[in-house]
Amino acid sequence: MAAEAKSPDRLYQEFTKGIWKENPIFVQVLGMCPMLAVTNTAINALAMGAATAFVLIGSSFLVSLLRKFVPKEVRISTYIVIIATFVTAADFLLQATVPDIHRELGAFISLIVVNCLILGRQEAFASRNSVGYAVVDAIGMGIGFALALFMLGSAREILGFGSFFGHPLFGPNYEPWVVMILPPGGFLMLGMILLVMNWFQQRKSRSRETMEKAA
Amino acid sequence: MVDLVWIFFGAALVNNFTLSYFLGLCPFFGVSSRLDVAVRLGLASTFVMLIASTGAWFLNSYVLVSAPYLRLISFIVVIASTVQFVEMVVKKASPALFQALGIFLPLITTNCAILGVALFQTNRGYGLAEGLVFAFGAGVGFTLALSLMAGMREEVELSDIPSVVRGTALNLLIAGVLSLAFMGFAGLFSNL
Repeated sequence: MAAEAKSPDRLYQEFTKGIWKENPIFVQVLGMCPMLAVTNTAINALAMGAATAFVLIGSSFLVSLLRKFVPKEVRISTYIVIIATFVTAADFLLQATVPDIHRELGAFISLIVVNCLILGRQEAFASRNSVGYAVVDAIGMGIGFALALFMLGSAREILGFGSFFGHPLFGPNYEPWVVMILPPGGFLMLGMILLVMNWFQQRKSRSRETMEKAA
Repeated sequence: MVDLVWIFFGAALVNNFTLSYFLGLCPFFGVSSRLDVAVRLGLASTFVMLIASTGAWFLNSYVLVSAPYLRLISFIVVIASTVQFVEMVVKKASPALFQALGIFLPLITTNCAILGVALFQTNRGYGLAEGLVFAFGAGVGFTLALSLMAGMREEVELSDIPSVVRGTALNLLIAGVLSLAFMGFAGLFSNL
């Protein structure tokens, strides 16, 4: 297996697709549950993104390694047990290193287990590709997920608290937009981001059409 | 007794699992395009929640006392087997519903609301009765949110909406407004 040819082009593609073209949150809209709940500040969002990426990379590696030995009938249960193992590790790791953030994220760390993004990647990619591709794909998806989380978290913190990573930005006269850090703000903010992305997408395809017509 | 009533309303309305904890969003956006299917998925999830809650209580009290680090793995195994069981029952009892739910029936396993019930119940130290009431409330809240969403989406299907907004973006904005409305229930507790 080790001798399997790996074209650098394909590796690069698998890596970058997760960050933008197939971004797990903005394009595939997967793994929403943890992302909306913990993205009221940038630092929480970053911790959650890192933990999820860690679990994703670890389980993709293991699933891809074991893909020849796992019978098809029990594959989902096997994946879940593998994922749960890594989540438990991530949970203890965060508890030991950053106890404050761990307390704030609470049960949502454990809930990474049921993040559809992770199970989805195992089923759709890691179980069908060799270890190298699986890990690169997981790193790309993990970064894309963390990036989206961070974007959402920063936007909500800046609008809702008037601060960024806990540093006040606007001075004392800023009236915080409180709804942004409350649950509805999560839905509204993500909805708005998707709106803007749709708008860009449509504009791009429209300008391509006109260019084709002109040519 | 009064406590149990509050646990129920707390889980169903004030801290609605879907709209204020963001749990169970995948089916919330995935299966909410038709009202009847949404209601049935909600009921199936409620049933799994009740079983999972009982299972979690049993595991916590008798099995996991000496090995708390196995909590997550054992919970998920209980949930996965319950879902398998529900899937078999639904397939036998109502093939039409089985078709309509499609991939989302096995995906109840990865519905965070169900694992969420088991975990929150453990973190808050609920006993068997409290846990069951909590799970039932969560299930009712989930079903309520899902059917409200489905009802609105059925209306939206027929209205004239700019193409930029169609799809997930609009669903998210609807969910945001619903979530705002549910925040009004927070007043239920402060008055007493």
